[in-house]
Amino acid sequence: MILEYILFAILGSVAVISSIAMVTRPSPVMSAIFLVLNFFALAGLYLLLNAQFIAVVQVIVYAGAIMVLFLFVLMLLNTDSEHAILKEKRNLKFIGIFIAVLVFVQIGYIVFYSAPSDSVTKEIAESINAGKIETIGTELYTTYVLPFLASGFLLLAATIGAIVLAMKKFE
Amino acid sequence: MNTIPIEYYLLISAFMFSVGVTGVLIRRNAIVVFMCIELMLNSANLALVTFSSFLGDPAGQVFVFFVMTVAAAEAAVGLAIIIAIFRNKLTVNIDEINIFKW
Repeated sequence: MILEYILFAILGSVAVISSIAMVTRPSPVMSAIFLVLNFFALAGLYLLLNAQFIAVVQVIVYAGAIMVLFLFVLMLLNTDSEHAILKEKRNLKFIGIFIAVLVFVQIGYIVFYSAPSDSVTKEIAESINAGKIETIGTELYTTYVLPFLASGFLLLAATIGAIVLAMKKFE
Repeated sequence: MNTIPIEYYLLISAFMFSVGVTGVLIRRNAIVVFMCIELMLNSANLALVTFSSFLGDPAGQVFVFFVMTVAAAEAAVGLAIIIAIFRNKLTVNIDEINIFKW
Protein backbone atom coordinates (compact mmCIF):
# COMPACT_ATOMS: atom_id res chain seq x y z
CA MET A 1 0.00 0.00 0.00
CA ILE A 2 2.78 2.41 -0.97
CA LEU A 3 0.34 4.63 -2.91
CA GLU A 4 -1.71 5.21 0.22
CA TYR A 5 1.39 6.43 2.05
CA ILE A 6 2.38 8.73 -0.81
CA LEU A 7 -1.12 10.24 -0.95
CA PHE A 8 -1.17 10.63 2.81
CA ALA A 9 2.24 12.35 2.81
CA ILE A 10 1.21 14.79 0.07
CA LEU A 11 -2.22 15.62 1.50
CA GLY A 12 -0.97 15.78 5.08
CA SER A 13 1.90 18.13 4.23
CA VAL A 14 -0.41 20.33 2.14
CA ALA A 15 -2.82 20.53 5.09
CA VAL A 16 -0.04 21.38 7.55
CA ILE A 17 1.79 23.90 5.34
CA SER A 18 -1.40 25.66 4.21
CA SER A 19 -2.58 26.01 7.83
CA ILE A 20 0.76 27.61 8.80
CA ALA A 21 0.66 29.87 5.73
CA MET A 22 -2.91 30.86 6.61
CA VAL A 23 -1.88 32.13 10.05
CA THR A 24 1.36 33.83 8.95
CA ARG A 25 0.24 35.68 5.80
CA PRO A 26 -0.53 39.31 6.70
CA SER A 27 -3.19 39.77 4.01
CA PRO A 28 -6.66 38.45 5.03
CA VAL A 29 -7.45 37.45 1.43
CA MET A 30 -4.33 35.28 1.23
CA SER A 31 -5.32 33.72 4.56
CA ALA A 32 -8.72 32.86 3.12
CA ILE A 33 -7.19 31.32 -0.02
CA PHE A 34 -4.83 29.15 2.06
CA LEU A 35 -7.76 28.08 4.23
CA VAL A 36 -9.57 26.90 1.07
CA LEU A 37 -6.44 24.91 0.11
CA ASN A 38 -6.42 23.41 3.59
CA PHE A 39 -10.08 22.38 3.24
CA PHE A 40 -9.32 20.65 -0.07
CA ALA A 41 -6.42 18.75 1.49
CA LEU A 42 -8.73 17.71 4.33
CA ALA A 43 -11.29 16.46 1.80
CA GLY A 44 -8.54 14.30 0.31
CA LEU A 45 -7.66 12.95 3.74
CA TYR A 46 -11.34 12.11 4.31
CA LEU A 47 -11.30 10.12 1.05
CA LEU A 48 -8.23 8.23 2.29
CA LEU A 49 -10.26 7.43 5.43
CA ASN A 50 -13.10 5.98 3.27
CA ALA A 51 -15.44 8.84 4.26
CA GLN A 52 -16.77 9.71 0.79
CA PHE A 53 -19.89 11.58 1.90
CA ILE A 54 -18.01 13.82 4.35
CA ALA A 55 -15.33 14.53 1.72
CA VAL A 56 -17.93 15.75 -0.78
CA VAL A 57 -19.78 17.78 1.86
CA GLN A 58 -16.47 19.29 2.97
CA VAL A 59 -15.81 20.62 -0.55
CA ILE A 60 -19.38 21.81 -1.16
CA VAL A 61 -20.18 23.34 2.23
CA TYR A 62 -16.80 24.48 3.57
CA ALA A 63 -14.72 25.27 0.49
CA GLY A 64 -17.81 26.28 -1.47
CA ALA A 65 -20.34 28.05 0.72
CA ILE A 66 -18.60 29.15 3.90
CA MET A 67 -15.39 30.41 2.30
CA VAL A 68 -17.33 32.32 -0.37
CA LEU A 69 -19.19 34.02 2.48
CA PHE A 70 -15.86 34.91 4.12
CA LEU A 71 -14.41 36.27 0.87
CA PHE A 72 -17.56 38.33 0.25
CA VAL A 73 -17.30 39.91 3.69
CA LEU A 74 -13.57 40.58 3.16
CA MET A 75 -14.41 42.27 -0.13
CA LEU A 76 -17.19 44.35 1.47
CA LEU A 77 -15.13 45.52 4.44
CA ASN A 78 -11.83 46.11 2.58
CA THR A 79 -9.60 45.68 5.65
CA ASP A 80 -5.86 46.37 5.70
CA SER A 81 -3.02 43.88 6.00
CA GLU A 82 -1.41 43.33 9.37
CA HIS A 83 2.27 43.95 8.54
CA ALA A 84 2.74 46.56 11.25
CA ILE A 85 0.82 44.71 13.93
CA LEU A 86 2.65 41.40 13.51
CA LYS A 87 6.00 43.22 13.80
CA GLU A 88 4.95 45.54 16.62
CA LYS A 89 3.63 43.02 19.14
CA ARG A 90 6.49 40.55 19.42
CA ASN A 91 5.61 39.53 22.99
CA LEU A 92 2.09 38.60 21.96
CA LYS A 93 3.47 36.50 19.11
CA PHE A 94 5.85 34.57 21.36
CA ILE A 95 3.19 33.96 24.02
CA GLY A 96 0.77 32.77 21.33
CA ILE A 97 3.29 30.35 19.82
CA PHE A 98 4.31 29.11 23.28
CA ILE A 99 0.70 28.32 24.23
CA ALA A 100 0.13 26.58 20.88
CA VAL A 101 3.26 24.43 21.31
CA LEU A 102 2.04 23.53 24.79
CA VAL A 103 -1.35 22.46 23.38
CA PHE A 104 0.32 20.42 20.64
CA VAL A 105 2.67 18.65 23.06
CA GLN A 106 -0.23 17.81 25.36
CA ILE A 107 -2.38 16.34 22.58
CA GLY A 108 0.59 14.52 21.07
CA TYR A 109 1.47 13.04 24.45
CA ILE A 110 -2.09 11.78 24.92
CA VAL A 111 -2.17 10.32 21.38
CA PHE A 112 1.07 8.37 21.80
CA TYR A 113 0.69 7.53 25.47
CA SER A 114 -2.77 6.01 25.08
CA ALA A 115 -1.70 4.32 21.76
CA PRO A 116 -5.15 4.17 20.12
CA SER A 117 -3.92 1.96 17.25
CA ASP A 118 -3.58 -0.96 19.68
CA SER A 119 -7.33 -0.98 20.34
CA VAL A 120 -8.66 -0.82 16.75
CA THR A 121 -8.75 -4.11 14.85
CA LYS A 122 -11.71 -3.60 12.51
CA GLU A 123 -12.04 -4.94 8.99
CA ILE A 124 -11.65 -2.49 6.09
CA ALA A 125 -15.15 -3.43 4.85
CA GLU A 126 -16.68 -1.98 8.03
CA SER A 127 -14.80 1.27 7.52
CA ILE A 128 -15.97 1.57 3.91
CA ASN A 129 -19.53 0.78 4.98
CA ALA A 130 -19.43 3.49 7.69
CA GLY A 131 -18.56 6.17 5.13
CA LYS A 132 -21.32 5.41 2.62
CA ILE A 133 -24.13 7.92 2.08
CA GLU A 134 -26.63 5.11 2.62
CA THR A 135 -25.31 4.31 6.12
CA ILE A 136 -25.02 7.93 7.18
CA GLY A 137 -28.48 8.74 5.79
CA THR A 138 -30.03 5.81 7.64
CA GLU A 139 -28.39 6.87 10.91
CA LEU A 140 -29.41 10.49 10.35
CA TYR A 141 -33.09 9.67 9.81
CA THR A 142 -33.43 7.03 12.52
CA THR A 143 -31.08 7.34 15.50
CA TYR A 144 -30.29 11.04 15.08
CA VAL A 145 -33.60 12.33 13.74
CA LEU A 146 -34.15 14.75 16.64
CA PRO A 147 -30.72 16.44 16.37
CA PHE A 148 -31.29 16.56 12.62
CA LEU A 149 -34.54 18.49 13.04
CA ALA A 150 -32.91 20.70 15.67
CA SER A 151 -30.08 21.56 13.24
CA GLY A 152 -32.74 22.56 10.71
CA PHE A 153 -34.21 25.00 13.24
CA LEU A 154 -30.71 26.23 14.06
CA LEU A 155 -30.07 27.07 10.40
CA LEU A 156 -33.42 28.87 10.16
CA ALA A 157 -32.65 30.90 13.29
CA ALA A 158 -29.14 31.69 12.00
CA THR A 159 -30.51 32.87 8.64
CA ILE A 160 -33.05 35.17 10.29
CA GLY A 161 -30.44 36.38 12.79
CA ALA A 162 -27.90 37.17 10.09
CA ILE A 163 -30.46 39.13 8.07
CA VAL A 164 -31.63 41.09 11.13
CA LEU A 165 -28.06 41.91 12.20
CA ALA A 166 -26.84 42.94 8.77
CA MET A 167 -29.99 44.90 7.86
CA LYS A 168 -29.58 47.77 10.36
CA LYS A 169 -29.20 51.18 8.78
CA PHE A 170 -25.92 53.07 8.88
CA GLU A 171 -25.93 55.76 11.57
CA MET B 1 -7.77 -1.96 8.66
CA ASN B 2 -5.90 1.03 7.13
CA THR B 3 -2.19 0.60 6.68
CA ILE B 4 -1.54 4.14 7.92
CA PRO B 5 -1.56 4.24 11.74
CA ILE B 6 -4.30 6.23 13.43
CA GLU B 7 -1.68 8.34 15.26
CA TYR B 8 -0.57 10.08 12.06
CA TYR B 9 -4.06 11.38 11.37
CA LEU B 10 -4.48 12.45 14.98
CA LEU B 11 -1.15 14.29 14.90
CA ILE B 12 -2.18 16.25 11.80
CA SER B 13 -5.42 17.08 13.59
CA ALA B 14 -3.53 18.17 16.73
CA PHE B 15 -1.14 20.27 14.68
CA MET B 16 -3.96 22.05 12.86
CA PHE B 17 -5.68 22.73 16.17
CA SER B 18 -2.49 24.26 17.61
CA VAL B 19 -2.02 26.43 14.53
CA GLY B 20 -5.63 27.58 14.93
CA VAL B 21 -4.96 28.46 18.58
CA THR B 22 -1.87 30.46 17.53
CA GLY B 23 -3.91 32.30 14.93
CA VAL B 24 -6.63 33.24 17.41
CA LEU B 25 -3.97 34.53 19.82
CA ILE B 26 -1.71 36.50 17.45
CA ARG B 27 -3.96 37.77 14.65
CA ARG B 28 -5.78 41.10 15.16
CA ASN B 29 -8.23 41.02 12.26
CA ALA B 30 -11.60 39.74 13.51
CA ILE B 31 -12.34 37.93 10.23
CA VAL B 32 -8.98 36.11 10.29
CA VAL B 33 -9.58 35.16 13.93
CA PHE B 34 -12.89 33.75 12.78
CA MET B 35 -11.19 31.76 10.02
CA CYS B 36 -8.79 30.34 12.61
CA ILE B 37 -11.81 29.13 14.59
CA GLU B 38 -13.01 27.39 11.41
CA LEU B 39 -9.57 25.74 11.18
CA MET B 40 -9.93 24.43 14.74
CA LEU B 41 -13.42 23.11 13.98
CA ASN B 42 -11.97 21.31 10.96
CA SER B 43 -9.20 19.73 12.97
CA ALA B 44 -11.83 18.37 15.36
CA ASN B 45 -13.74 17.07 12.32
CA LEU B 46 -10.62 15.26 11.11
CA ALA B 47 -10.22 13.56 14.49
CA LEU B 48 -13.90 12.53 14.48
CA VAL B 49 -13.75 11.11 10.94
CA THR B 50 -10.50 9.29 11.81
CA PHE B 51 -12.02 7.56 14.82
CA SER B 52 -15.25 6.86 12.94
CA SER B 53 -13.36 5.26 10.06
CA PHE B 54 -11.00 3.24 12.22
CA LEU B 55 -13.82 1.95 14.43
CA GLY B 56 -16.19 1.28 11.51
CA ASP B 57 -18.90 3.31 13.25
CA PRO B 58 -20.90 5.91 11.27
CA ALA B 59 -21.81 7.91 14.42
CA GLY B 60 -18.62 10.00 14.17
CA GLN B 61 -19.39 11.02 10.60
CA VAL B 62 -22.97 11.93 11.51
CA PHE B 63 -21.48 14.14 14.22
CA VAL B 64 -19.19 15.79 11.65
CA PHE B 65 -22.30 16.54 9.62
CA PHE B 66 -23.80 18.35 12.63
CA VAL B 67 -20.55 20.21 13.26
CA MET B 68 -20.67 21.47 9.68
CA THR B 69 -24.26 22.64 10.17
CA VAL B 70 -23.30 24.55 13.31
CA ALA B 71 -20.21 25.98 11.56
CA ALA B 72 -22.36 27.26 8.70
CA ALA B 73 -24.82 28.89 11.13
CA GLU B 74 -21.95 30.32 13.14
CA ALA B 75 -20.25 31.75 10.04
CA ALA B 76 -23.47 33.46 8.92
CA VAL B 77 -24.26 35.02 12.30
CA GLY B 78 -20.63 35.83 13.16
CA LEU B 79 -19.96 37.59 9.87
CA ALA B 80 -23.21 39.56 10.27
CA ILE B 81 -22.01 40.64 13.73
CA ILE B 82 -18.63 41.67 12.26
CA ILE B 83 -20.41 43.72 9.58
CA ALA B 84 -22.55 45.40 12.27
CA ILE B 85 -19.42 46.22 14.32
CA PHE B 86 -17.66 47.57 11.23
CA ARG B 87 -20.59 49.88 10.57
CA ASN B 88 -20.42 51.32 14.07
CA LYS B 89 -16.64 51.51 14.60
CA LEU B 90 -15.26 51.41 11.02
CA THR B 91 -12.69 48.79 12.06
CA VAL B 92 -12.43 45.03 12.55
CA ASN B 93 -9.23 45.22 14.57
CA ILE B 94 -10.01 43.38 17.80
CA ASP B 95 -7.64 45.64 19.77
CA GLU B 96 -9.95 48.58 19.06
CA ILE B 97 -13.13 46.66 19.84
CA ASN B 98 -12.54 46.79 23.59
CA ILE B 99 -15.64 48.16 25.33
CA PHE B 100 -15.92 45.02 27.48
CA LYS B 101 -12.23 45.07 28.41
CA TRP B 102 -11.23 46.14 31.94
